[in-house]
Amino acid sequence: SVARVLLCLHEKNTEFELVPVNLFACHHKLPSFLSMNPFGQVPALQDDELTLFESRAITAYIAEKHRDKGTDLTRHENSKEAAIVKLWSEVEAHHFNPAIFAVIHQLIVVPLQGEYPDAAIVEKNLEKLEKVLDVYEERLGKTKYLAGDTYTLADLHHVPYTYYFMKTSHAGLINDRPNVQAWWEDLCSRPAFLKVSPGLTVAPTTN
Amino acid sequence: MGAIQAARLPLFISPSIKHHSFLHSSSSNSNFKVRSNKSSSSSSIIMATIKVHGVPMSTATMRVLAALYEKDLQFELIPVDMRAGAHKQEPYLSLNPFGQIPALEDGDLSLFESRAITQYIAEEYSEKGEKLLCPGCKKVKATTNVWLQVEGQQFDPNASKLAFERVFKGMFGMTTDPAAVQELEGKLQKVLDIYEARLSKSDFLACDCFTLADLHHLPAIHYLMGTDSKALFDSRPKVSEWVKKITARPAWAKVIDLQKQ
Repeated sequence: SVARVLLCLHEKNTEFELVPVNLFACHHKLPSFLSMNPFGQVPALQDDELTLFESRAITAYIAEKHRDKGTDLTRHENSKEAAIVKLWSEVEAHHFNPAIFAVIHQLIVVPLQGEYPDAAIVEKNLEKLEKVLDVYEERLGKTKYLAGDTYTLADLHHVPYTYYFMKTSHAGLINDRPNVQAWWEDLCSRPAFLKVSPGLTVAPTTN
Repeated sequence: MGAIQAARLPLFISPSIKHHSFLHSSSSNSNFKVRSNKSSSSSSIIMATIKVHGVPMSTATMRVLAALYEKDLQFELIPVDMRAGAHKQEPYLSLNPFGQIPALEDGDLSLFESRAITQYIAEEYSEKGEKLLCPGCKKVKATTNVWLQVEGQQFDPNASKLAFERVFKGMFGMTTDPAAVQELEGKLQKVLDIYEARLSKSDFLACDCFTLADLHHLPAIHYLMGTDSKALFDSRPKVSEWVKKITARPAWAKVIDLQKQ
């Protein structure tokens, strides 16, 4: 998800150039792009001779490179806190993302491809997502953010797909859970989010 | 981490004397002590501060055990009675609210998610045992993170479902779905083509030395190499060579030994 990387760059107040990749023209499958990401997915990042892909590896790199400025996204000064940030980042990657992505894919992407959403897939994944959000509801009753009392990558990684999800008819999954809702509203109020959200259009034509 | 850990494993792990003899007879696995779940246990000479809650058959538990053995760390393996659903109840849920194994305790730090645990072990104990994160420049660290994510996002979703179809379903009295196997193998082949190209440029995935990025693949590969899906790995020379190297590591042999006991 490109937005994950953009959010991270803004949290760090760091200069960057956004090079659009025309997905509808399949530019992400051209050799010029595949040499940056052999999996043919956006985003990819180039920093001098270093080329990276996988948005969560890119955010980890940016957060580490700029660890002494902007928001502390990794709690790097305390190894135990840093481990907890990694833990909730893994939770996002393996529990939250697969479920929410499947729902968004069916409800938003599939219609763009001229097909009908598969209701069974949506239902199955909404159920999974509810169970994850129940754990979040309890967790966020104890800490302000997922990994502790400060905003970290563990929260940031959730933002782009939650944003899209809130545009579907299932926003209640978030809004019906007071701690999760408060957390989401906090994430949406961050200056970095306000800079990135205008670019989060439903039809991913560029970047 | 989903189905394989969440499913019950009917074959073993009950709080029994088995674990007392396990404790006394293990010589090759001197890194750890196993505590019986029974309160009458006499095995209270627990000195390790690291505790792993899990079972040796579980892919995610194996991932953590591999890292601990690579680092030559003392630890205690506390079996979780999955058959009785212990992983879905307290006190286990306080260790992992998702009700999955493994969980790790190190002093007052409590963690779950195997890949977060291995990263913690690799960093916290970076000076001990084998290097799991290439020392040196930040660019190599960044590249290691890329391939850690590739395993988690591209390889594992297909490999672990394929292992579930080929291996674990049979154990639970369920039938393998051939259509699912075909679909999953198709997806995995595309990933392995990319690995083949990568391993033509680099001895291991992240760089020329073994890192966590390679280690994370071991459990799924171990199971798949015991099935017809091994052809996917054998048919790609660089991938095949890499599989042989990483599965031959002494630390990995110790993890497999645990399964046999």
